[in-house]
Amino acid sequence: MASPQLNSNTDFGPRPEMEKTLDKGFIGLTQAFAIGIGLILVSIALVITIRAWPAISQFGLGFLFNSAWNPVTGREDFGALPVIYGTLVNSFLALLIAVPLGIGSAIFLSEDFIPLKIRTVLVFLVELLAAIPSVVYGLWGIFVMIPFLSSLHKIIPFFPVVRGPSMLVASVVLAIMILPIIIAISRDSLFALPPDLRQASLGLGATRWETIFRVLIPAAISGIVGGIMLALGRAMGETMAVTMLIGNSNRISPSLTQPANTIASLLANQFAEASGLQVSALMYAGLVLMILTLLVNILAEIIVNKIKAKYN
Amino acid sequence: MATLDFDEVTNSTINLKKEPNSSRSLFGLVMTGISALCLALTVIPLVLVIGYVLFKGGARLFQPGILTQLPPPPGLSGGGLANAILGTIMVVALATLIAVPIGVLAAVYLSEFSGGSQIARWVRFAVNVLSGVPSIIAGIFAFGLFVAPLIGSRGLFGFSAVAGAIALAVLMLPTIIRTTDEALQIVPQDIRWAALGIGAYNYQTVLKVVLPAAIPAILTGVTLAIARAAGETAPLIFTALFSNFWPKGIFEPVATLSVLVYNFAIVPFRPQQELAWAASLILVLLVLATSVAARMATRQR
Amino acid sequence: MREMPSTTNRIQTVLKTENVDIYYGDYRAVAGVNLEIPKNKVTALIGPSGCGKSTILRCFNRLNDLIQSFRLTGRITYLGQDLYARDVDPVKIRDEIGMVFQRPNPFPKTIYDNIVYGPRIQKDPSNFDEIVETSLRRAALWDEVKDKLQESGFSLSGGQQQRLCIARTIAAKPEVILMDEPCSALDPISTLKVEELIHELKEKYTIIIVTHNMQQATRVADYTAFFNAEPTPKGGKIGYLVEYDRTEVIFGSPNEQATKDYVSGKFG
Repeated sequence: MASPQLNSNTDFGPRPEMEKTLDKGFIGLTQAFAIGIGLILVSIALVITIRAWPAISQFGLGFLFNSAWNPVTGREDFGALPVIYGTLVNSFLALLIAVPLGIGSAIFLSEDFIPLKIRTVLVFLVELLAAIPSVVYGLWGIFVMIPFLSSLHKIIPFFPVVRGPSMLVASVVLAIMILPIIIAISRDSLFALPPDLRQASLGLGATRWETIFRVLIPAAISGIVGGIMLALGRAMGETMAVTMLIGNSNRISPSLTQPANTIASLLANQFAEASGLQVSALMYAGLVLMILTLLVNILAEIIVNKIKAKYN
Repeated sequence: MATLDFDEVTNSTINLKKEPNSSRSLFGLVMTGISALCLALTVIPLVLVIGYVLFKGGARLFQPGILTQLPPPPGLSGGGLANAILGTIMVVALATLIAVPIGVLAAVYLSEFSGGSQIARWVRFAVNVLSGVPSIIAGIFAFGLFVAPLIGSRGLFGFSAVAGAIALAVLMLPTIIRTTDEALQIVPQDIRWAALGIGAYNYQTVLKVVLPAAIPAILTGVTLAIARAAGETAPLIFTALFSNFWPKGIFEPVATLSVLVYNFAIVPFRPQQELAWAASLILVLLVLATSVAARMATRQR
Repeated sequence: MREMPSTTNRIQTVLKTENVDIYYGDYRAVAGVNLEIPKNKVTALIGPSGCGKSTILRCFNRLNDLIQSFRLTGRITYLGQDLYARDVDPVKIRDEIGMVFQRPNPFPKTIYDNIVYGPRIQKDPSNFDEIVETSLRRAALWDEVKDKLQESGFSLSGGQQQRLCIARTIAAKPEVILMDEPCSALDPISTLKVEELIHELKEKYTIIIVTHNMQQATRVADYTAFFNAEPTPKGGKIGYLVEYDRTEVIFGSPNEQATKDYVSGKFG
């Protein structure tokens, strides 16, 4: 191939045969890296499972229902029931708080209740919430949220007495942390709706809020539910703020003002100083968390697709 | 103009007037109030968090030595965050060096060379799953592979900055791949055809023409990933651990701002807690700066 | 339908615009519209694109309120009442004046729920099953869907969806039906069906239809208003009413040269 007579500044490199190999090599390299992502995922699962194996073979599935946590050599007994319970309660409580607040905020930010410029600023502020590091939420939670919640029982009748790190505190701060996801996805779902829908409803004599409840939200529900499930997955894996605020106690307690533990906070607390079988047990717990988050994500896909099919 | 002759009706009794006290109107009013309240309850914590960090962190951050000294012994005041700042820079830079080439090239494959094939769909699926992996799992993965003893009693790297960087790289990959993929797809096809048309090969087209066109968007994505990585703590607390001294090298434990906040927040000494606020301020400022910059960059385009 | 005072054989005005100008912010988009819309007739608004026909239409049910910068001067009255008076509730106007849109836009609900949407909102005490059957019959859709009322509105073809939207509008018991290019997204057969429908509907409703298709106007409209647009010195366009008369006049022996040119296809 003759060298092209070009008027460009780019240098097109060495001679053809070498170029062809370079080309193949380049494409091959990019493909290798792309496939590598899948390999990373697989190796994460593998490494954790292999490291967890001593605990898996010793405790089997009973691990999931055992409440003991005894690292003393010779009498080791580990069970993940309290932290599985803690993870689920923590996440669901946070969702309970964040979902109504999030959807309400999303609606307010997607209608024209306030001028566009103010709305843009508020949307940006909500995005900022998502960018603040978890550990900073933890720090703030310790010195601001705990004292605040501790004083609430004097102002609000029947409010539980909070005395320090506990499930309630961790859930409230976790709720703040997952709000941005719910708001962002709910807003996106509402914006994706064709404007015709709103006009048809208003044209039939509906008020704005009647339109929101009877037409817009039902139409956007699949996206909103997807966002909620995503938030659930994030909540279950959240570590630092929860560790710093939940009290790190491996006991199951029905009271929300008692300290508790999640899988993530258990790992954060004990990993650095663990050894031997304890490390395995921790890895086992980590594996459980991985499976839980995977299940939530898969469930999210299924639910979203089911809802889409029903309405379309 | 019209030569039409209609009778005008003027005495109909239809009521078109507003009724602000009807149940429909009141319902609308109440719902607007509730949704506004929801937004307020969302924004207030944000303002409080940033406010406290600015206030308490600022009080400590602008004292001399904060950027040049090591943390003080427990209970004593003075000292600074120098080693933690250096450590964060080390770990994040390493992580970026690992994640960016892999991420960008993988995205190049997805956007330029794979063309909707099965492989591409599986890779994108893998990226989605990876982005849902909790940061602590990335940490125990790095621990399990690089820190914990593999053969005999020695781990591959042991507790080290490298191990921490690898964990962070795993977490940065999905963001980098996604933003690069999007950035490349936005580059107009004409540019590629033009290059191919004058005889350029694939790698040349990508390296010299397409990538450069996408660089602003890629940079934005990478910057955001870096800011987030700098704030990550969970993957580091049992890979890079912590240290009260100057960084000794990438194969040794190292202090980082995020782990410092964690360690010092739960210590009952005032000076350490103040340093935690100061470190938080640095992290929050970093995050604020990159978020604003990213916003402005996307608006310009 | 409500009883309205009427003198025998005289046509009554339902909607009237007096010197209406439409602004978006400071930009005047349409100027000096004077129209009287007759009851139980079909009035067509025709003209080249961009001259404000749809904009005028949307003034009648105040859907233009959704646009932030929209402003109107002059008067629009419905049965003598000023639609833009301060104390008027747009929501109530839309109970009286319904709209069918350019693209069929059924709700993602069942056919049944689509139709009873209006009655539900208005808390109509009549039997909903009857309303559904009546509306679908009047929209010439009953036979085609009577066995699948619980299926999604989207399971219908384009033409059927538009007739569903017409049925939905009728179910809300309006006096006036506004139609914004209702056939432009439909195939020719569906278009004919809808045009037949319009002939039947005008017995009970007053219809105002915006259409790009001159032949359609000659087929369905009793009265036609021709709009045109002029370039403004600032570079935009301003729309205005050129001529308004019986359809035969507009197409047969119009008074204005511009009208003559448009209907003979010289522009637009």
